[in-house]
Amino acid sequence: MTERSEYRQARWDVPLIFEKSRAGTTSHQYPEVEDEIRKTVGALDSLIPKAMQREKEPEIPEVSELQVIRHFTRLSQMNFSVSTGTYPLGSCTMKYNPVINDWAANLDGFAWLHPSQDVATSQGALELMWELEQWLTEITGMDAVTLQPAAGAQGEYTGVMLIREYHRCITHECEQRNEMLIPDAAHGTNPASAAMAGYKVVVVPSSEDGLVNIDALKTAAGPKTAGLMLTNPNTIGVFEKDIEEIADIVHDAGGLLYYDGANLNAIMGITRPGDMGFDVVHMNLHKSFSTPHGGGGPGAGAVGVKDELTDFLPVPRIVRRSDGCFDWDYDYPRTIGKVHGYFGNFGMLVRAYAYIYSLGKRGIRTVAENAVLNANYVGHHVSAIPGFTMPYSKDAPRMHECVISAEDLLNETGVSAMNVAKRLLDFGVHAPTVYFPLIVPEALMIEPTETESKQELDVLISAFRDISEEAYTNPEKVKGAPYSTAVRHLDEYRAAHPKTLTLSWRMLQKQSDTEA
Amino acid sequence: MDFKHPWLPLTEDVKQEMLKSIGRNNLDELFSNIPEKFRLNRDLDIADSHTEIEVARRMQELAEKNEPADSGRVFLGDGLGMHYIPSATKSLAGRSEFVTAYTSYQPEISQGMLQTLFEYQSLMAELLGIDVVNSSMYDMASALAEAILMSVRVKKKRNLVLVPGTISPVHWRVVKTYTEPLGIDIQEIDYERKTGQMNLGDLESRLSENVAAVYLENPSYLGFIEVGVDRINELVHEANALLIAGVDIMSMGIMRPPGDYGADIVVAEGQGLGSPMSYGGPLLGVFGCIDDMKLIRQLPGRLVGMTRTSDEPFKRGFVLTLSPREQHIRREKATSNICSNQALIAVTAAIDTSLLGPAGFREIGETITYKSHYAANRLNALSDVHAPSIGDAFWKEFVVSFKGGVSAQSVHEGLLERGIHGGKILTSEFPDLGESMLISVTEIHTKDAIDELVNAINQIVNDGGGK
Ligand SMILES: Cc1ncc(COP(=O)(O)O)c(C=O)c1O
Repeated sequence: MTERSEYRQARWDVPLIFEKSRAGTTSHQYPEVEDEIRKTVGALDSLIPKAMQREKEPEIPEVSELQVIRHFTRLSQMNFSVSTGTYPLGSCTMKYNPVINDWAANLDGFAWLHPSQDVATSQGALELMWELEQWLTEITGMDAVTLQPAAGAQGEYTGVMLIREYHRCITHECEQRNEMLIPDAAHGTNPASAAMAGYKVVVVPSSEDGLVNIDALKTAAGPKTAGLMLTNPNTIGVFEKDIEEIADIVHDAGGLLYYDGANLNAIMGITRPGDMGFDVVHMNLHKSFSTPHGGGGPGAGAVGVKDELTDFLPVPRIVRRSDGCFDWDYDYPRTIGKVHGYFGNFGMLVRAYAYIYSLGKRGIRTVAENAVLNANYVGHHVSAIPGFTMPYSKDAPRMHECVISAEDLLNETGVSAMNVAKRLLDFGVHAPTVYFPLIVPEALMIEPTETESKQELDVLISAFRDISEEAYTNPEKVKGAPYSTAVRHLDEYRAAHPKTLTLSWRMLQKQSDTEA
Repeated sequence: MDFKHPWLPLTEDVKQEMLKSIGRNNLDELFSNIPEKFRLNRDLDIADSHTEIEVARRMQELAEKNEPADSGRVFLGDGLGMHYIPSATKSLAGRSEFVTAYTSYQPEISQGMLQTLFEYQSLMAELLGIDVVNSSMYDMASALAEAILMSVRVKKKRNLVLVPGTISPVHWRVVKTYTEPLGIDIQEIDYERKTGQMNLGDLESRLSENVAAVYLENPSYLGFIEVGVDRINELVHEANALLIAGVDIMSMGIMRPPGDYGADIVVAEGQGLGSPMSYGGPLLGVFGCIDDMKLIRQLPGRLVGMTRTSDEPFKRGFVLTLSPREQHIRREKATSNICSNQALIAVTAAIDTSLLGPAGFREIGETITYKSHYAANRLNALSDVHAPSIGDAFWKEFVVSFKGGVSAQSVHEGLLERGIHGGKILTSEFPDLGESMLISVTEIHTKDAIDELVNAINQIVNDGGGK
């Protein structure tokens, strides 16, 4: 039996920082400007035109340094994180974010580097990026990589733009090929990114096994097809075993194959998208390569391509000159342009570099193996608990994640996947991803990752077991969850209603003005 | 055989135990869906594994090959903020409860992040004089591109957007990447060669029923202050178009906020609020709009809203809201594809803004005004050096141009030899400005460092020191 501790999240009443303000309080000061400077330049009024000067100070709070420290420390204590406990949020790969990697990114030699500096003064940064590109190229089996996209979705946009440019410049069928094929189980960013690049989205339904429906794909693919965006292992956590046939269908129709690398963690060192026939891949460095999620970002969305697409990559690209020095090269006339102001989320690239450098070839492969073992372990045991099933491809092993359905539980007890998710919080574990993918009713998508120990997985499984028991004996208890979090269930309807919508302190002030 | 690593807790015997409990004989069985022909069956050709000490050494070694700007001798701005970072900002923003969480999908257990982001939205709104700010975009460049896409959605059937002729070349390229596939036309408005000011006659002649929005920058990319904002506001709104303003957030303690001169949508680079430049990323795209549901419904990105518990006793709380705009619900009809954003940089900005307070913003705004003018003033006193060579009033950045046959490149090289990094060379992107560079001066530059820069340029330009 595994012990689980009773969880209690910190429950501070933290007013808004605005509500702590007291006029005249100081928390940070800048040195006085030297007299000689003032004498040389004259009064401020002569430097900034009166019409452009701010008349009224911004109404931001005036608080002391300690007040700021307490405020945000208390808030942080009311935020669940990987450091706090198991965070099996499917599709997000919430693995441990090594502290050494943060340390490295904060070294002055990286953090204080300006991107417009002469390359002679930033060789270390370029070398790091160049080497990281090589590693990611090798891990994905592609021919070249750009590190510019700031997140997965921007990587997708970049990748889809590369496909579009390919059809414009190589097949000369850009106009005609205006459809992007996307499975119904795909993440929402896939269709959204395709639409931003001007594509019409054609949805490919899933088969009874939860895989790409080959017949439907054959029907959908044709002279209008620009490409297929595929996640493999897919979003139910199963590897698309017919990947070769899928790739052939798309390529025979004249389209290209796009790999959503959100799930790359499952296959690193075991198989490579490039070898399976993918032409473009994006990686989420904040998932597989462990750069922290930062409460929602920043991430990094490197994109790898095959040779036929390298000309179109965003500029600038890193080149290594014959003397061994690194440089930025803007001279790619067929480039799609730029998607980021500079070179991407460099600070995240430093962390990804340190991550790969630490684990190395054997470690990276072990990451995938252990992630897969953990997901299968959890999937096996949770799907054996009354009320939970693991739909689709029953006999196929899961990869890095498993998607459990609480449909039976809902039918038998009235307890939904959302109720289960909320009740899990009381056990000191974060909820899985819920209601995604859309093809699984009452979906609970669990991705434990390789950094959870068996003890922790057993706690997670036993939490599911306890919740199931509770659902059959005292369903109202589950439906009333969570109990032990900083706040109880929140009114989302009120949050979104135009009459009560409050998106800022300013809007709050306006509301209280009109009420008064 | 057994590979050991501090981040990987499963030992060989635990693995065997787990495999047995799920009815599998070995790890290989778990990969049975992967066709044999696609198995790698060899080691990846990447680094070997390393212990923490070795990782630290390698990272230090790479970092030492760079010459970072903390020396106070780098005079680059180019859209970024080179600012001192208070220790409290660094310490709080580094708390791992913030760093290692993800998007607050379960609000009850994520109030810390949600309230902090609500405060971020609120603080930015106060600085910018606008009502609504989303919880972050990737950077100012993509924020501007998304602002343009948003304006075209709001002003259906209009697909022309006008931008200043002095727009940052990088912003221009990102905007072009994002707008080209959707057939949105972007045109540059002419500017007065001497003052840099937007040519209002040209603006008027370009305004038509097809213009969805006009973008103005304050200060402009070239540092000068656009003073005709009230007239631009009138013209744009008479034409029933939207006004998008891009500002330097660090100037908001002393400069008029864009909400004050009628901006409907506001974008800014927020990195300067407590985050280092980090070789250009992570940055922070600040993105806001006025309180008008027509606009709010078209906003890209995530929004945190204030609400209360469903049941009594009612307690204040925060949730992600208006998500039907977003990709996970609306898919191809979403207002944007953005999912992960720059939340931690927004958290950092909230902490930093709280520390600075209105006095801090005023002090930093004034200090930068004085110091940058001092630098321009002294440079302009040199023969064959002109600063600012476009516009009179400026803030933080200014253009310096070199006469007498000295190239900006040779000035740059001469400065590097003296351990100083000059400004961004503008010669090829703004040929009208001649041999010129964009110098940026902030509170981190001491008077001595500025004097050294001036003396070095004097030597290079006038004493043949560049040769
Ligand atoms: C399958 C899948 N694709 C794409 C994305 C988008 O990645 P990002 O959030 O980095 O933009 C995600 C992550 O949320 C995902 O899970």
